[in-house]
Amino acid sequence: MSILEVENLSISFQQYGSGLKRRTLDVMSNLSIALEAGEILAVVGSSGSGKSLLAHAILGILPDNAKTSGDIRYNGEVLTPERLQSLRGKEIALIPQSVNFLDPLMQVGKQVRQSARKGDAISRQKAVFERYQLAPHVAKMYPFQLSGGMARRTLLSTAAVSGADVIIADEPTPGLDETVMKEALENFKEFADEGRAVMLITHDIEAALTIADKIAVFYAGTVVEIAPIEDFTGNGEKLRHPYTKALWKALPKNDFIPIPGAQPHLDDLPLGCLFAPRCPLMTEACTKARPEMRDLRGGKVRCIHAT
Amino acid sequence: MMKIGRFLLFKMIRIITLVVAICFISFLLVKNSPIDPIQAYIGADMLKVSPEQRGQIAAYWGLNEPVMTQFLNWGRAVIQGDLGTSMIYRRPVIDVIGERFVNSIVLMIAAWLFSGVFGFILGVVAAMKRNTWVDRFIQWYCYTLASTPTFWVGLLMLMIFAVSLGWFPVGLGVPIGVLTEDVTILDKIRHLVLPAVTLSIVGVANVALHTREKLIDVLSSDYVLFARARGERGLTLFWRHGLRNVALPAITLQFAAFSELFGGAVLAEQVFSYPGLGQATVEAGLRGDVPLLLGLVIFSTVFVFVGNLLADMIYEFVDPRTREGRI
Repeated sequence: MSILEVENLSISFQQYGSGLKRRTLDVMSNLSIALEAGEILAVVGSSGSGKSLLAHAILGILPDNAKTSGDIRYNGEVLTPERLQSLRGKEIALIPQSVNFLDPLMQVGKQVRQSARKGDAISRQKAVFERYQLAPHVAKMYPFQLSGGMARRTLLSTAAVSGADVIIADEPTPGLDETVMKEALENFKEFADEGRAVMLITHDIEAALTIADKIAVFYAGTVVEIAPIEDFTGNGEKLRHPYTKALWKALPKNDFIPIPGAQPHLDDLPLGCLFAPRCPLMTEACTKARPEMRDLRGGKVRCIHAT
Repeated sequence: MMKIGRFLLFKMIRIITLVVAICFISFLLVKNSPIDPIQAYIGADMLKVSPEQRGQIAAYWGLNEPVMTQFLNWGRAVIQGDLGTSMIYRRPVIDVIGERFVNSIVLMIAAWLFSGVFGFILGVVAAMKRNTWVDRFIQWYCYTLASTPTFWVGLLMLMIFAVSLGWFPVGLGVPIGVLTEDVTILDKIRHLVLPAVTLSIVGVANVALHTREKLIDVLSSDYVLFARARGERGLTLFWRHGLRNVALPAITLQFAAFSELFGGAVLAEQVFSYPGLGQATVEAGLRGDVPLLLGLVIFSTVFVFVGNLLADMIYEFVDPRTREGRI
């Protein structure tokens, strides 16, 4: 059984446009995804595809004007907002993307200690700092005094110290050089090796491929394909969705061919398949209805033409 | 330590140049005002003074000398600590200010603390309960207060609490017809309550609205989002991250509001005939008491400067970002 399952999750925002006209923005539609203990699921997609929202939805920290439908299950149990409140930080931990997510006026050691939900906070914080090679005096520093690497490892510490079984990392590797990137990814691998489930949200498909077990590809607020990493090979023949194939081919180490067109704007989503306007395989049927997610060759795909 | 020394030295230079400039401008303004110093000095007996006697007084005071010389003469005396003699009180200006200051400082501290604490609490409650009826009520209350003139609030207070209910005296700093040695602390407090409440009521609105805005900013920040992701909420969240990030700007603002406090005191003391600095300022202005007026100008400049200095120091030495950042 999956430790965390998201089923048919849709998120919309109520917004006031010009005048008093209220409109609803569908930012996520019918998304389904599952995390397994000891595995890393990479969620990739371009910016604006709703990756961070997924993280916030799982943690129940969406803004007040967000409306959600669908189920999130933890160990088979459907999470109500109350249940989620008691789980976040304890069973599900977030690793945010930058030092801005730390309280600027609180010493970082204290912030890490406050993240501990089990055992003795002080000894746990010391142990975690040692594990991530943060000198003891770093605990007394304020976030603005940390170097980039120290900040990253501090953020990692907050998740490690919590003892959570599900770890969601939201763009944890922006702008890192290759060595640091390797170290960062290695840290996530360690989490998975300890038996935790890791969701790695990133736009860096190549980095994700080095450690992930499965990759979920996001497009315009939904998942178009979930594929084991072994399928990302050659010319992408094993991949299922035309968007995934196009992404794969767009990588510098492959053909380096960009995909024409752009992701549809949220207030102007196509009625049918979200990718249809840019898809080389588009047919009449594609514009009629949104394709359902279906199992295909050990992965999942949301495309009627995929074989 | 080096840093504090340099900071204070810089501020010292600031205050000295500021006071010199303020003195010069005020002196010129007073010189060019329609107040005739001789007439103001002699008052109703003016008719009995002959033009020759006037001339002698003018010569004795050096009123015929060039303006710059007059300014330097006055400036020299001020540096030696001699602010001159108040014409309406017939006492040294420094004594008048000293005595009035003691009355005013009690009033201002009471109002300052009350508006700070009460305003902060209101602002925090409004921000934590944002968009609920509690928030709307507090905002409505603050906007109403902010758009109400101080003296009008003072008059209302008088009508309700002094005249109709009779809970507090109508004015003055001590009871009428009681010897100085018989005046008790309780009497003084009874006379202080209405002016202090009046003075703080308008300050409450400022502090509350500012605190609300600031806390809403903090609550929508990334670090509060992350704190919520770690399971914090409600009071714990406010206590750990909200208060910490909102207290510094609130305290700083409160110190920087010394000038408004002084300005408000002028009006509140006038309404309640409270014998403080504000009332003395109005008297000195209306009755042409030039030495007292100039003395008060210098004093209020220093007073407001100290408030701003304290605000600056809090930012420089309490906030870790500026404290540790610039060593």
